Amino acid sequence: MLATAHQAVTTASTLTNSAGKIGQVIAVVAVFMAILLIVFFAAGRATGRFQRPLTITIFLGPALVLLLVGLVIPAIRTFYLSLHGAAVKNPSYVGFKNYRWAFTDGAEQQVLLNTLLWLIVAPVVATAIGLLIALGVDRMKSQAVVKSLIFMPMAISFVGASIIWKFVYDYRDPAEAQDGLLSQVVMALGWRHPPNWISSHPLNNFLLMVIMIWVETGFAMVILSAAIKAIPDDVIEAARVDGAYGFRLFRSVQIPMIRSTLVVVLTTVMIATLKIFDIVRTVTGGNFGTNTLSNDMYSKTFVEFNIGRGAALAVIIFVAVVPLLVYNIVQLRKERATR
Amino acid sequence: MSATLEVEAAPAVRKGGKTEIRRAFSSRVASFAIILLTILWTVPTFGLLVTSVRPGADVSKSGWWTIFEHPHFTWDNYHQVLFVGGFGVTGGIIPYLVNSLAITIPATLFSLVFASMAAYCLAWVKFKGSDVVFFTIFALQVIPLQLSLVPLLRLFNDGAHIGSVPIFPDLNLGGTLYQVWIPHTMFAMPLAIFLLHNFIAQLPRDLMEAARVDGANHFRIFRTIVLPLITPALASFAIFEFLWVWNDLLVALTFGGGSPKALPITGRLAQLVGQYGSRWQLLTAGAFVAMIIPLIVFFALQRYFVRGLLAGSVKG
Repeated sequence: MLATAHQAVTTASTLTNSAGKIGQVIAVVAVFMAILLIVFFAAGRATGRFQRPLTITIFLGPALVLLLVGLVIPAIRTFYLSLHGAAVKNPSYVGFKNYRWAFTDGAEQQVLLNTLLWLIVAPVVATAIGLLIALGVDRMKSQAVVKSLIFMPMAISFVGASIIWKFVYDYRDPAEAQDGLLSQVVMALGWRHPPNWISSHPLNNFLLMVIMIWVETGFAMVILSAAIKAIPDDVIEAARVDGAYGFRLFRSVQIPMIRSTLVVVLTTVMIATLKIFDIVRTVTGGNFGTNTLSNDMYSKTFVEFNIGRGAALAVIIFVAVVPLLVYNIVQLRKERATR
Repeated sequence: MSATLEVEAAPAVRKGGKTEIRRAFSSRVASFAIILLTILWTVPTFGLLVTSVRPGADVSKSGWWTIFEHPHFTWDNYHQVLFVGGFGVTGGIIPYLVNSLAITIPATLFSLVFASMAAYCLAWVKFKGSDVVFFTIFALQVIPLQLSLVPLLRLFNDGAHIGSVPIFPDLNLGGTLYQVWIPHTMFAMPLAIFLLHNFIAQLPRDLMEAARVDGANHFRIFRTIVLPLITPALASFAIFEFLWVWNDLLVALTFGGGSPKALPITGRLAQLVGQYGSRWQLLTAGAFVAMIIPLIVFFALQRYFVRGLLAGSVKG
């Protein structure tokens, strides 16, 4: 019934349809909460030997099932698929052939190189700018405005971002009126024939990274600024008494005090960068030598239907993140031990 | 009291010295640099906003900044995108905004509920191996969600079998909202449990023990003590999750199957990029409409945001 209502595109039916959907959502949420409360109440009455296991099952069970079905089993399955051929149904075992292909194929080496570039440049620049703003903004009057504006890109979807950046990178013949901001600016500065930005390799890789940096700097800034605020005032004052101002204060007091947060931010952005897919997908589609691992993985799996190769690329992404993760866990354990 | 006064007075001794001049200068340079960065960060979005209120003929002719020389505004783009459609597109984007809300709100709620329950259990109902479980969950963050798409989609569409014995039924959820909620909830779990655990683990031990001594069971402690106390953390994660789900395209396209019943605004926008082609005045208006709700959510809840994150993973 909902479906037929949808096809009749009159304002009235659209409204009823939407109202129906909202009603449906509210009903589902209400039933969900009611079931939860009943389970809590019933389980709370249990006593004796079963009480503890029951409590743990109810609290932890749903999350574990979700994680198992949603992440763990698919991950194992992907590893299995990466050792198999291209076919969607019953692929044959090929050993590590897909991995050999990923590291020796010319086009794939370009993809790996691009990914490595992304992994180094985007997180470092985003964190550095985020840190500079977090430090500098601490003393400014218009803090809230600055922070909100810098953070704003985080609230914009990549589809939206790609439309936004189209008006920065767009190329037109230099004789016509420009509609790309970048071309307009460099022409005003005296560069008569700016290139077609998006198709000039290797520059285009960095132009795409700028979009990622634009998005992630806000995240870095918010968290680093919180960490800087958490440094006790008397530490700063004591350092000032000892004559540490400006850059020295920054280098020998503030940075060491927020080191663990810096590491968390850097690794989080790195993980996000490795998984990034939307920017490349929506701006260049991986053409003009801008392909990265996660976009390529999507193309291999969902466009070319070469399941084995796509899976191998996914496993490579996973393996690349593991060292970052191990480092993070070691840091976390240290922190917990001192707590 | 006198100690604080002394500390405050100490830097004043140096006032007028060389350091003070240099410091004032460097802070002015820093402020200038930050204002410059802020403008740089805002200009692209501002260009979008300007383009969305320019007449179509102008947009195809010149760059958005020329509006300052020839001011010429119109609301027609918004009217057309919201209510009319046009150029082969039937209907406005309002139903898709409703879809986005219908996807985002339950997905955010479910992940918050399940994650806070799990985080409480791992922090306060310790059992053998609870630390291993915690670190494993933390580690699951690295699994790229692209990796789960195909196996999960197959599970939802065909159920699971061992041989011919079904161990998971075919739920027949194809193209419905449920099928979008569940993956979002799954993918949110690792980060949500990690952040909330950090917060919940720092609640005062005395408080928890006193409640236990009074005979309250874990369900009651969770409901009446823990949940109210972790509101800032819940709010900060809710913002994260809301922004993430609202802006998602991949999960919604894969699991909603692109059907108008479950297609969110981002998906619609991606379709419109194809259909409207070079009518950028309409696309920019659509993109701006899609941005407004997450921006409102962010600005409304942002004071919780920092507080919630701060108490968790972030320590000096």
